[in-house]
Amino acid sequence: MIITTSKPFEEVLKALEGEDKVFIVGCGSCATTCETGGEEQVAEMKAKLEAEGKTVTGTVVYEEVCHELNTKRKFRENKEAVEAADGFLVMCCGAGTQSVREATEKSVHPACNTVFLGNIQRHGHFVEKCSLCGECVLEDFGAICPVTRCHKGILNGPCGGTDEGKCETSKEKDCGWTLIYNQLEKMGKLDRFRKIYGLKNWQANMKPGRVIFEKKGEGGE
Amino acid sequence: MTLLIKEHAKPSIQEILESGKFLVTGEIGPPKGTDIDEMIEHIHLLKDKVHAMNITDNQSSVMRYPSLGTAILIKELGGEPNLQVTCRDRNRLAIEADLLFAYTRGIRSVLCLTGDSIPVGDHKEAKAVFDLESVQLLQLIRNMEEGRDSGGNELKGGVKFFKGAIVTPEAVPIEPQMLKFEKKIEAGAQWFQTQAVYDMDNFKRFMEKARKISYKVYICCGLVLLTSPGQIKYMNANVPGVFVPESLAREMEDAPKEERLATGIRIMARQIRQCIDEKLCDGVHIMAIGKESVVPQILEEAGVDITKM
Repeated sequence: MIITTSKPFEEVLKALEGEDKVFIVGCGSCATTCETGGEEQVAEMKAKLEAEGKTVTGTVVYEEVCHELNTKRKFRENKEAVEAADGFLVMCCGAGTQSVREATEKSVHPACNTVFLGNIQRHGHFVEKCSLCGECVLEDFGAICPVTRCHKGILNGPCGGTDEGKCETSKEKDCGWTLIYNQLEKMGKLDRFRKIYGLKNWQANMKPGRVIFEKKGEGGE
Repeated sequence: MTLLIKEHAKPSIQEILESGKFLVTGEIGPPKGTDIDEMIEHIHLLKDKVHAMNITDNQSSVMRYPSLGTAILIKELGGEPNLQVTCRDRNRLAIEADLLFAYTRGIRSVLCLTGDSIPVGDHKEAKAVFDLESVQLLQLIRNMEEGRDSGGNELKGGVKFFKGAIVTPEAVPIEPQMLKFEKKIEAGAQWFQTQAVYDMDNFKRFMEKARKISYKVYICCGLVLLTSPGQIKYMNANVPGVFVPESLAREMEDAPKEERLATGIRIMARQIRQCIDEKLCDGVHIMAIGKESVVPQILEEAGVDITKM
């Protein structure tokens, strides 16, 4: 789940300066769960923009705005409203916003901040447990990620800032390394804690990432 | 300049420890800005009173005059530096380059730290690096000593450092801390300075555990100067791995305001004496944090004169 938060309305309004006709895109996947770009939030945004004198030429909410072909298809289906718009307001993650970028030559504006790849703990409670490092180390650490759950992302044990299981950055946050220690101890696998991890290969998540399936029969199955 | 440094060179930390002497180190916290007059005063004040001076590296994630520049300055002024290197602000390339430079300028001792987190400092919006951490930094230096950088490339002229690390005796829980201590030794740490210790009984228990892990490494007890009841309360509440016991807090509270600094000096002098008399450890590291001018007084009260040790 990609976790997003809504930008302040004033910031959105400022971005739309000089563009009277707006088409709003919401996402039926992550942004719906985050309540930043679902049907309800899109309707609210439409009403607020209209109250500010904007014309909303159309709205659309569909699964996976990040799917570029899907987005292009949705734009074709809403051709009239899309063509009437001066610009697009995208109420989902940065990936979805850039998917819209691929579907139009007109201006595209993000309505959200994209914060992390998150787990849902309960309604409205999201936490980060994976930071997409490109070379998964969970096997070694009892399926608790030091790269993400330790504030410093370090690989060889807790730093000096750990205190009674909490992180030096916030008493609200668990020290990831204490969690890992407790887990490995429970599993009787503290030998994994003892192992020295060498330098991490950051090339594994070099930006911009790119993965292409190899076709069957070409040796990459 | 290099020749000048060599002529005035003091015995290195490694030489002191390996000769069986009790090591006394102090600390220099560089200023925020280019006015380094006071720091130079402190260096002059300490250079013949302690065997070596640590130089903090953007301590507490607060941007300051650089540790490497200060280490060279200490050399030039006739002192012996212990260069602190953290992994918070520099990636592996930058750290390796700094180490090459440090070596060519006569720096012989490096203290390897992960570094505090960015949000505790004064550049809260900065991007933290942490490309590596203390254990990997120790390994990286060992590789450089064997003639290779972390990219696996051969160095034209390597380095040789006395590799130090830190350990937190008052960490809660202590077990992961001890495992990390063990890993640091395996990664090449030859000596340790501890984070601030106040509770000497707890320190003794820590030393028992540490000695079970290794008799080979040298361990120096880190001591921070206490200056007021407020400072003690603040540290107990806010500084991880620091616990000032009730008895010391009371000793400070009972002191009249004008005698608080003298009380702090007396407490530290007593702790230094205890470390020496009871042979608890291989040395002490004195952190006076802004009160460097009283370090000679602390040593005098403790009856410690490095020229006679």
